[in-house]
Amino acid sequence: MGRERDDGSRPGAWRLLLNNHLAVSGLLLLLLIGLLALAAPWLPLPDPDATAPVDRLLPPLTPGYPLGTDALGRDLLSRLVWGTRVSLAMGISATLVAALVGSLVGLVAGFAGGRSDGLLMRGIDMLMAFPYILLALAIVAVLGPGLVNALYAIALVNIPFFARNVRGVTLGLARQPFIDAARLSGQSRSRILLLEVLPNVLPVIVITISTTLGWMILETAGLSFLGLGAQPPQADLGSMLGEGRKLLFTTPHVSVIPGLMIFILVMGINLLGDGVRDLLDPRLKSGALSRPLPRTRVERAQTPTLQEEPTSLLEVRDLHTGFSIGRQRYHAVHGVDLDLASGQTLGIVGESGCGKSVAVMSITGLVASPPGSITDGAVWLQGVELLGAPLARLQALRGGAVCHVFQDPLASLHPLYRVGDQLVEAIQAHQDVTRRQAWQQAQALLAEVHIANPAQRMRAYPHQLSGGMRQRVCIAMALANRPRLIIADEPTTALDVTVQAQILGLLQRLRQQHQVSILFVSHDFSVVSALCERVLVMYAGRVVESGAIEQVISAPAHPYSALLIGCIPTPGQGPLQTIPGSPPALDRLPEGCAFAPRCPRVQERCTEGEVGMTRLGDGRSVRCLFPLQAGESP
Amino acid sequence: MTAYLIKRLLALIPVLFGVSLIVFLMMALIPGDPASAILGAYATPENVARLNRELGLDRSLPEQYLVWLGNLLEGDLGRSYSLNRPVLAEVGERFSATLVLAGSALLLCSLLGLLAGLVSAVRQYGWADRVITLLVLVGISTPSFWLGLLLILLFAVKLPLFPASGMYAIYGGGDLWDLLHHLFLPALTLSLVAAGVIARLTRTAMLEVLRQDFIRTARAKGLSERRVVYRHAFRAALVSVIPVIGIQAGFVLGGAVYIETVFQWPGIGSMLVQAIASRDLLLVQGGVLLVTVSYVLFNLLADLLQSLIDPRLR
Repeated sequence: MGRERDDGSRPGAWRLLLNNHLAVSGLLLLLLIGLLALAAPWLPLPDPDATAPVDRLLPPLTPGYPLGTDALGRDLLSRLVWGTRVSLAMGISATLVAALVGSLVGLVAGFAGGRSDGLLMRGIDMLMAFPYILLALAIVAVLGPGLVNALYAIALVNIPFFARNVRGVTLGLARQPFIDAARLSGQSRSRILLLEVLPNVLPVIVITISTTLGWMILETAGLSFLGLGAQPPQADLGSMLGEGRKLLFTTPHVSVIPGLMIFILVMGINLLGDGVRDLLDPRLKSGALSRPLPRTRVERAQTPTLQEEPTSLLEVRDLHTGFSIGRQRYHAVHGVDLDLASGQTLGIVGESGCGKSVAVMSITGLVASPPGSITDGAVWLQGVELLGAPLARLQALRGGAVCHVFQDPLASLHPLYRVGDQLVEAIQAHQDVTRRQAWQQAQALLAEVHIANPAQRMRAYPHQLSGGMRQRVCIAMALANRPRLIIADEPTTALDVTVQAQILGLLQRLRQQHQVSILFVSHDFSVVSALCERVLVMYAGRVVESGAIEQVISAPAHPYSALLIGCIPTPGQGPLQTIPGSPPALDRLPEGCAFAPRCPRVQERCTEGEVGMTRLGDGRSVRCLFPLQAGESP
Repeated sequence: MTAYLIKRLLALIPVLFGVSLIVFLMMALIPGDPASAILGAYATPENVARLNRELGLDRSLPEQYLVWLGNLLEGDLGRSYSLNRPVLAEVGERFSATLVLAGSALLLCSLLGLLAGLVSAVRQYGWADRVITLLVLVGISTPSFWLGLLLILLFAVKLPLFPASGMYAIYGGGDLWDLLHHLFLPALTLSLVAAGVIARLTRTAMLEVLRQDFIRTARAKGLSERRVVYRHAFRAALVSVIPVIGIQAGFVLGGAVYIETVFQWPGIGSMLVQAIASRDLLLVQGGVLLVTVSYVLFNLLADLLQSLIDPRLR
């Protein structure tokens, strides 16, 4: 519920909770009901148990009886307030008992581990094998009906929820260094549990209370409704409802009103509970779970017009892509240009977080959106402007003329479908062929990417294949519809070195056979140099250098390129080089050259305004005021 | 798959053993003398002594358990004193009615919940999502026994569309149509709360899955959004929703106690309430045992269904 905004700074928990309107309304509702219940003895209400046979079954809004009377002529408003008091007390007590016992079991099981853990948790599993309410019913059957027995029964059936949740967290905590430190300092186990573990477990206990309190109120009311909880003359909301039920057809208000009260009470608890959970368990926070749109949102101020007929297969002009998280805007890519001719290979190199993946994902609109959006620029593929193209047009090109190979082949393949079916789906999305034909084609594709026993592998699920084989499947899928362009985003990063070389060899061969262009993203200069003719070096969302790969490697012009090339490990060349410092925060880019704070050659002018691209001849350009000369080192 | 099935079936043994032990101990540890508790206030000392012998209560606890377990395996759950017939016969008869009600409620809540959760996720932050989110919140906050009364008031009294109670019409009826007519309101009542829980989880599961890498792959393949959502995302979301449906089986089977009481459905739930009122503890024991075993089997079914969808689990 409620979409509260997360500022960069963390405001207090209370303020966050108060920003959530639904949680606040729940809190107010509960406060009101709680105050009413607490104040019951001092309110000007008639005796809830005073019977008046003359005034029986009066409808609501009768003078003197705002909610009417029940079958014995007792004032319903007064009974409602007193009944709420009992129901609240029951629910809260049951919750406290369950929380106390359950948390203790969970703490001990998680902290002791081993055999006691096994034994305790088996016991908890046994309790959970029973349908929730049924076990409570059986306990009441044994102990006999009554308010206190119902309380124990409901508490007992809720113990497992606390025990399980608390054990889970305690188990994780017990392996933390600070617990080891406390142990080594000679503190007793119970002291460590109380002082070190318990405070860290509290949020989980609160979360579990927020989910179970509503249930416990409902279930204690339920037992009373069945006549197994509160016994007359004492009444809680459930027993009022149960007694009124016999008069449902003649005087429905006697049962409808107490039921409504239970509903309002539990609703308040759930509203507040959702807010508390959003706060304490960020994973569940709804704002973090926005559904990505079919394509990246494009919010350009103006639609770009074509200056001249595009000559390249792919032209990207002045691309700006960023992420909006809360009020913060992260400029992942700002102002990237790139050109890729038919049959060419272009590499994009940079540290992680430099925007290279976001840049290539923007081409076909695959940047998750929200939070991502493209704010400026244009992408032409075979003369079609992709950012402004209708979705159907884009979908026809995706997987058709332009294909992707992603970094992690296990995560990229659908875990529940056989690889053959996934290949067939890719083929049938773009070609009008029967399933049998598509299956044949898919099998041929697997053979083409050198998968042994393709007929057999077609029936395998992704988790049954090795990492290298999975990536071959992904490449086969990219080839399915004879694409003009393959965008490979770190396709070898997740693989080990020998497999990496095989995959690079495969891409190289396919490129020559099919005349396909490849846009290859990597953080590794040596990988790019093995495959690509040209290279772009990116830093903080911008291209800082471009040119033919041999020239850039042998004589880098940008200090960043030089340092990045220096990081390529060469055997017997001393310790591994690194670039000191880290890339700038993308929401607070510095003025001028973004690399200036880490640059060994930085001068005052570098930080005094935009640094443009300078052409160096030979198709090379660099974004640096003081580029390196050939043979110079940074 | 066969190996998985055998593994799952073997894992049932300790669970069922534990359940039988808990049920046995619960009755064996009744404060006071069980025989007089079972026979009630008017029991003569001779009757108490005879029942004690019959129940084997003059022997040690482990011995008693073994005898009880042996009888249980032979299908002997003892004799209900309040109804004066074998517990198994009564419980078996009642159980079929509960199974009809709980089974249809489970089907209904799965359909409603999955559909609502799906729509909610696909139209995130749209009006449909807001309405469903609100309905879900109302659903999980509503006492089902009260909801049942409201539905009776609305659809049996104000608009007499459905009968207010029973499983079949007293005169005539008795066919499938008659059963469905009587089933509709109680099944709907029983399913609404569970549907809310399932809807909520389906929404979250869908939103989580839609952010996964394989969804990006599906889009990169040029698939239509419909295919991405329904074939790729929904199937993956089902893997985490199915176990929750299994857990909901427990809430539905337990909740049947209320609903059967409200709608006077002749199932195990209403039987249990009567049995508790008349302190017929053997009947309670038999009923609780049978419903719990069926819940365990429902969960097994959910596990198998999950492994059918997810090859990684097999």
